[in-house]
Amino acid sequence: MTAGKSLLDIRGVETYYGNIRALNGVDVSVNEGEIVALIGANGAGKSTLMMTIFGTPRARRGTITFAGTDITDLPTHEIARMRIAQSPEGRRIFPRMTVMENLQMGASLDNLKFFDEDVEKVFTLFPRLKERIAQRGGTLSGGEQQMLSIGRALMARPKLLLLDEPSLGLAPLIVKQIFDAIRELNRTQGLTVFLVEQNAFGALKLATRGYVMVNGVVTMSGTGKDLLADPEVRAAYLEGGRH
Amino acid sequence: MANIAQATREASATPFQRGIKEALYAGAISFGLFFLFIGLRTDQNIRNELILVPRWGLLAIVVGLVMLGRFVYVAYGQPFMARQKIVNVASGLLPDSVATRFFKLPYFIASLVVVGLLMVFAGSLDGIFGPALAGYMRFFRALAIIYALASVMFYFRAFIQAHFSALGIGVLVAYPIVVVVALTLISGSMAGGFQGSLKWVDNFGIQILIYVMLAWGLNIVVGLAGLLDLGYVAFYAVGAYAYALLATQLGWSFWILLPVAGIMAAFWGVMLGFPVLRLRGDYLAIVTLAFGEIIRLVLINWREVTNGAAGISGIPKVSFFGLISFNVSDPNYIAKVFGIAQSGAYYKIFLYYLILGLALLTAFVTIRLRRMPVGRAWEALREDEIACRSLGINTTTTKLTAFATGAMFGGFAGSFFAARQGFVSPESFVFLESAIILAIVVLGGMGSLVGIAVAAAVMIGGTEILREMEFLKAVFGSDFTPELYRMLLFGMAMVIVMLWKPRGFVGSREPTAFLHERKSVSSSFTKEGHG
Amino acid sequence: MQYFVQQMVNGLTLGSIYGLIAIGYTMVYGIIGMINFAHGDIFMLGAFVALIVFLTLTAMFYSVPVVVALLVMMVVAMLMTSLYNWTIEKVAYRPLRGSFRLAPLITAIGMSIALSNFVQVTQGPRNKPIPPMVSTVYNVGGISISLKQIIIVIVTVSLLALFWYLVNKTSLGRAQRACEQDRKMAALLGVDVDRTISITFIMGAALAAVAGTLFLMYYGVVAFSDGFVPGVKAFTAAVLGGIGSLPGAMLGGLLIGFIESMWSAYFSIDYKDVAAFSILAIVLIFLPSGILGRPEVEKV
Repeated sequence: MTAGKSLLDIRGVETYYGNIRALNGVDVSVNEGEIVALIGANGAGKSTLMMTIFGTPRARRGTITFAGTDITDLPTHEIARMRIAQSPEGRRIFPRMTVMENLQMGASLDNLKFFDEDVEKVFTLFPRLKERIAQRGGTLSGGEQQMLSIGRALMARPKLLLLDEPSLGLAPLIVKQIFDAIRELNRTQGLTVFLVEQNAFGALKLATRGYVMVNGVVTMSGTGKDLLADPEVRAAYLEGGRH
Repeated sequence: MANIAQATREASATPFQRGIKEALYAGAISFGLFFLFIGLRTDQNIRNELILVPRWGLLAIVVGLVMLGRFVYVAYGQPFMARQKIVNVASGLLPDSVATRFFKLPYFIASLVVVGLLMVFAGSLDGIFGPALAGYMRFFRALAIIYALASVMFYFRAFIQAHFSALGIGVLVAYPIVVVVALTLISGSMAGGFQGSLKWVDNFGIQILIYVMLAWGLNIVVGLAGLLDLGYVAFYAVGAYAYALLATQLGWSFWILLPVAGIMAAFWGVMLGFPVLRLRGDYLAIVTLAFGEIIRLVLINWREVTNGAAGISGIPKVSFFGLISFNVSDPNYIAKVFGIAQSGAYYKIFLYYLILGLALLTAFVTIRLRRMPVGRAWEALREDEIACRSLGINTTTTKLTAFATGAMFGGFAGSFFAARQGFVSPESFVFLESAIILAIVVLGGMGSLVGIAVAAAVMIGGTEILREMEFLKAVFGSDFTPELYRMLLFGMAMVIVMLWKPRGFVGSREPTAFLHERKSVSSSFTKEGHG
Repeated sequence: MQYFVQQMVNGLTLGSIYGLIAIGYTMVYGIIGMINFAHGDIFMLGAFVALIVFLTLTAMFYSVPVVVALLVMMVVAMLMTSLYNWTIEKVAYRPLRGSFRLAPLITAIGMSIALSNFVQVTQGPRNKPIPPMVSTVYNVGGISISLKQIIIVIVTVSLLALFWYLVNKTSLGRAQRACEQDRKMAALLGVDVDRTISITFIMGAALAAVAGTLFLMYYGVVAFSDGFVPGVKAFTAAVLGGIGSLPGAMLGGLLIGFIESMWSAYFSIDYKDVAAFSILAIVLIFLPSGILGRPEVEKV
């Protein structure tokens, strides 16, 4: 189920921090059932785009449409309740809540009846979390926190999953594990994923399509394979990287 | 302000409709808030039992006013402010600012005419209009005078802005002279002029300047070093009691005791500062509050020394360096030296210049210290304590010097206060005073001397002026006492000014984006520091 | 020994009231990191509402059963103070969220001044006494325990149980704790942060109102200025117990209550507030994270 109808549509979005423009007219779209990767250097505005989708900070110009609804000016929590889930930059685990409570936070109120089922799914995906079930979020290792962050996002039964640098600061083995899990979710459940990565190689290999972002603008787009083969992308993001 | 998000989504409703809706909403809430407190009044009957007296009429008026206010704000105020920000498509200019539309030459001339006419007929107003209407006319005259003065200031605004400090000092120095001359002209006699000036020099001039000095002193601790102090009044109390006790017991002169009081207050500043060095932010504020309260409670309860709640009276007056005295019985009493009529006003005017001098000394020292290493260290400390430590700044001594310097000026102000009142009691050093001083510092825009002085004049002068609003009795009935509302209005003003300009009167310069971001990061650090 | 136990009982009563107020401080500080300076005045407002309701009841009915009267007073006081705190938060604190650190504190101090003077202006500056509502006193082994004291302790314990359940076992409580730890993330997970903060203010106000009602019943008198000192003591209690911790606030309240009654009994009644304030200072200096609090982490 690739290339379904458009789920997330970002048109001409501009975002500012104070007077500094971080996004300069971004156009990105994500179709149902796709894995879309956004790659770019530090400070290109990738994470800002992720947060702008949720309205923190709010886009000053442009529109963001999700499943046919204009969400540009909705309050953050209402955007989340439209079934968009994010594993944000820096993971943002609640440090003084247990793993279980963190997962409970992820489940929105109207899915509580699926709670046990969903928790089981997360635990099959990340068995490590089950071992840590009563431990406080702040005491987990980086990799475990990343798993918890993704697991928490999955608890919302999202239509769209946003992942911000799931591989940041993790050991290669765990990165592989997490990428495998994402692929698995996409294949078996048709979950749509929009992911931001600095690890361009891994991300583009995983993705159906990809975008390249430079200084707050999308400069290139194409299928994951095409981008991987593109000499410019190779020169800028892949040479010297892990092959 | 809370309705911005709502406003964008309800763009389809006209401001008028929105105003009606918001007004009903506000009316319902204010009815809920007020119906017990304004609708009913607890009163004592003849048998000393509490009974309830209904005041439904008053309740209806208050709720109606709230609704009206909300309606006007939403239906006209908000759209007006929004229009002010929209550029005219044809000319490419923003609309004229409110001020330029408000101050126009024809209006200015009209106001001068009104003032002139009402001045000429000042004596016969009561006869022409009757006492009630005459009260309104005097109020109208006052408004016209204020408008005329404001117009002049507005016309010269660029000049005033450029030379604000110098002009301000000039006005302050000239103030008592102007008052005396003006009142002499009005009353027609020199003695009348002096007698009439008492109120203006004492209640407004000295009162405001004391707060200016205290706020400038506290500014060193809060504005420069960033240490939040809610117990500053303790040092004021130390200074006041130091002068009161030593002057009544030992008979020392003010000019010896002024530095002594300052040193004692500074000593206490170090004593209290020492244990709280590790604390930051809100916790520091609460500990200083506790210290302030402890000092006040000790003053109340240590009756052998402080005479408890009754206080110390008969504190000697200040003399002009021992040369000229202000005691009527002394041989060198000022009226005898210069051969003029006796008046209490001389002492008040002398005190005015004394506190002006002390306040300016505070300002001068602050300005000088800011340029010295210790002042720079204070400001660095305010921005980031950890960075300071890693740069090798001794944060302990830096904080202590800030505490001590601030406390010293508090002590000076305290001994001046004791000399002015001739009486001190713990009543004068309650937490509310600390809160007022801190409010002035923050409202003025922390760190800005000019802003603080303006804030003191507005907040203290504004509440003092309520005492003068006799004409309100004509409106609300003769048992209406405007002073009662002083602190209520003060509290509300604190909230409103803070909401309107969270960085204070003068600290409202738009920070650069970089600075803004840095600020928010450091504040999130402090928050997380406390968990 | 009897004397000592008697003081323990008095301290327990006093401490329950402080504890109930302290919970409001601790919850608000936990969730938005702000000392809600006006909370003491909310407590005073609660006591005044109870007073007015009491007078209304006695004026309307010849005699009202004490239990009914107390319940009505409490419920009305809870509703009214909740409305006050909700409005104050919405009008005065919310627009300043994210502003610089001092701004909400100054606003709260201004609110505190405004509230106490509002009551002074509308209800008059005098002490407001009511006839004793409950006067039964039991004598247990030479220790006199009044029914008032028993009521206070029972009400406090049951409310505490209810609130502990709310905060620890419900999704509302989880949302509150989430906002406390990471407000932005909570919003990303669909938590309505503004609403959660409003509810926190309402909960704090409701507990303060109960404390106010109990205060009125216990002392039989209230004045417009009665908010400040109990407010500061309750804040001390919140810090002593570890700010942000609910059981801590209660524990701190009890400790302050004990210390105050012991100090008055064995040392000097004049200096009892000095003792309370000294404890505040000492605790903050040497034990800034409190007894049940989280250790303070300094991030570099």
